[in-house]
Amino acid sequence: MRPNYKVELASGIFLLLGIAALVWLAMRATDYGQEIGKDTYRISARFTNVADLRVKSPVKIAGVTVGMVESIVLDPVMFEAVVNMDIATRFNEIPSDTGASVLTSGVLGDRYIGLEPGGAPDMLVEGDELFITQSALILEQVIGKYLFNTGSSDESQ
Amino acid sequence: MATLGHYTSKLTGPVAQSGQCLLFLMRMISSIRFSAAQVRSVLQQIYLIGARSLVIVMICGFFVGMVLSLQAINALEQFGASDQVSLLVVKSLFRELGPVLTALLFAGRAGTSVTAEIGLMKATNQIEAMELMAIDPIQIIALPRFIASLISLPLLTAMFNALAILGSVVFSIGVMDMDAGIFWSKLQTGIYFYKDFVGGMWKSLVFGGLVGLVAVFFGYTAKPTGAGVGTATTNTVVLSSVLILVFDFIMTSFFT
Repeated sequence: MRPNYKVELASGIFLLLGIAALVWLAMRATDYGQEIGKDTYRISARFTNVADLRVKSPVKIAGVTVGMVESIVLDPVMFEAVVNMDIATRFNEIPSDTGASVLTSGVLGDRYIGLEPGGAPDMLVEGDELFITQSALILEQVIGKYLFNTGSSDESQ
Repeated sequence: MATLGHYTSKLTGPVAQSGQCLLFLMRMISSIRFSAAQVRSVLQQIYLIGARSLVIVMICGFFVGMVLSLQAINALEQFGASDQVSLLVVKSLFRELGPVLTALLFAGRAGTSVTAEIGLMKATNQIEAMELMAIDPIQIIALPRFIASLISLPLLTAMFNALAILGSVVFSIGVMDMDAGIFWSKLQTGIYFYKDFVGGMWKSLVFGGLVGLVAVFFGYTAKPTGAGVGTATTNTVVLSSVLILVFDFIMTSFFT
């Protein structure tokens, strides 16, 4: 046995502990490993407004996450937001007339995309686009409309 | 004329010293050999400056996590958002507090001991003796300590963060009766792997190199007297703390 074998063993244990802490932090306390798996297919949808929807926001059906937003780009001609979504391959029986809407979890929570499956016989495949979409509800616009409406009713009285 | 020379040397002194430090760093890097003996002495230094700092880092991390959650819950409760406590605590830990506090602790715990050790070697003529025997003291003495601090600090930071999260779990779930599921799911959706986690770890790698370089350099250039070693040790703590905070701002503003 080498004379400083114990020291080397202790520093080896320290290194292992440190790496274990790194892995634990990355897995447990970050969004790493929260991917939806390697097998996905990509679909897209157009919205007039996505509000603060972000890349990696979840895509849900009936509240269950089935995919995530891969990218959000602006169509430079139509001025619409094109949202590309990766859906896990195990959910490969989503009808092609499914609707998509940008929703909010809770009053001030994060934005996500909710899919409402339709009834068409053919299923969504790689590269398909969703045509029935509903944009995000912008709180300021709703409040503005409400104020405007009450204002006008006051005038009529 | 004498006073003018005095002021010029006051100005050029720090510049010359940082140049000397840079040359010292280059001499250390050029003496990397990847030999078995070198790896073994790096491992020994990892034990001395890394593993032996583990207890203080873990205790401090635990209490930092507890006090952060205490303050965060108090502040967030005012507008009914105490569910977000884990997000606030862990984001500030990963991005700033973990790397910076661990580096400051490390400078006090390990940096000083390295400076004092090398300074004492110099005061007792051990380094001169090595040079006389044609052994490169930079390769044997300085390099293992520098590499060990470069490797140890990120790992210590990871353990500081892990223990701080544990402290936050103990306080917010154990004491304040918050929901464990919300605590973890907030982290897994709100903490970004690259922006928050990797960004903080990258900082702590730079801090590790900074503390290691400052400690080794001040030890190596210490005046070979008792008072000289004392001054060098003080300088190590002061300069590494200042550099850690300055570099933290520079790196945060330019690289994230």
